[in-house]
Amino acid sequence: MEKEADTARRRFLARATGAIAGMVVAPGVILQQVARAKPADEPVTSAQRWGMLIDTNKCQKGCDACVQGCVKENNIRSHYGPATDSQWIRKVEVRDRNSGHSFSLPMMCQHCAHPPCADVCPTGASFRRADGIVLVDRHICIGCRYCMMACPYKARSFVHEDIGPEEHVPWVPRGKGTVEACTLCVQRVDRDGANAVPACAEACAADGHDAFVFGDLNDPNSRISQELAKHGATEIRADLGLDLGIRYRGI
Amino acid sequence: MTTTSILSHALRRWVWAGLLALLVPGLAAAATPLPKIPKPRAKFSATQDCVQPIPEMRRNHMKYILHHRDETMHQGIRTTRYSLKACINCHVQKDPKTGEYPSIETKDHFCNSCHSYAAVHIDCFQCHSTRPVEYKGYHPLARR
Repeated sequence: MEKEADTARRRFLARATGAIAGMVVAPGVILQQVARAKPADEPVTSAQRWGMLIDTNKCQKGCDACVQGCVKENNIRSHYGPATDSQWIRKVEVRDRNSGHSFSLPMMCQHCAHPPCADVCPTGASFRRADGIVLVDRHICIGCRYCMMACPYKARSFVHEDIGPEEHVPWVPRGKGTVEACTLCVQRVDRDGANAVPACAEACAADGHDAFVFGDLNDPNSRISQELAKHGATEIRADLGLDLGIRYRGI
Repeated sequence: MTTTSILSHALRRWVWAGLLALLVPGLAAAATPLPKIPKPRAKFSATQDCVQPIPEMRRNHMKYILHHRDETMHQGIRTTRYSLKACINCHVQKDPKTGEYPSIETKDHFCNSCHSYAAVHIDCFQCHSTRPVEYKGYHPLARR
């Protein structure tokens, strides 16, 4: 018993010394981790938390470039009209009854730190990845749609129709009978790391509005963290205490 | 039992065995032709045909891709060695006659060539793409 404790202590000391040696090269000089894409063979960690800041002042009414960008990247086609079609991102018009002031914003999965969808999922198909992206593992999704009920943001869709071989794209497997939602373009995030740009953000920037900022909320030097520190932002239904990955400015 | 009857018994057995040996391969070939498995794009390495030796892959490919599936889905590990996407990229090739990638419904598709033979139903392709990444016929909107 004593020997076990001793080895544990030694291991801890060795790690701690290594960690300190890694951080401090010389007095006053601390190595900073450079933002880069994660090597393909490494798992994602909670060192990152991916999020998005959306500036509704830049978001244009009537513009759906972000929606089209998402549809294009994830190859979402209409089958039998809007009642049953999948919708990963939508534009919402908001109007203040008193002042009459109105604006529009894109609404999608908010990538909660405490996702209600994952809480209610009976199979563990809804889950939050270590880096904060909330996903559906369609391999174990049984299509019960509890998560769709639980989501306060109405962010998820159920795939009602067969998705044929012509509709499949290798980077986004989708199929009938499962629930799906915004993945923050996880295929891009895994490939490009902090330099990734989700399709909605890319389309918005290409349209000249640039309302989206994607980045690492844990990295104080990332653009998103700096903008949040400077101007702040709002979480939708912050009262639920879900700690959202998507933040809005100007609402 | 006399010595002659034992001998004739043994002789008869040999004759039967010989006849069977002649007949059986012919019968088997006529009844169940072996699947024609399409050739992959390239060998994995100079010394190895696939990502594991072929007998191992024939028996256990599903275990490799199942394990990799969970790692990719839940941990974001995107290595290609055991990914289904990489299988498809190498094993599904254009038909030289038509210049098209084979449909998963046909026996010309690598996966279906054997799965239809073995009568093992797979549902991978209800969601996953049956064609390599470079296929240009995906949705006209989808690029890459």
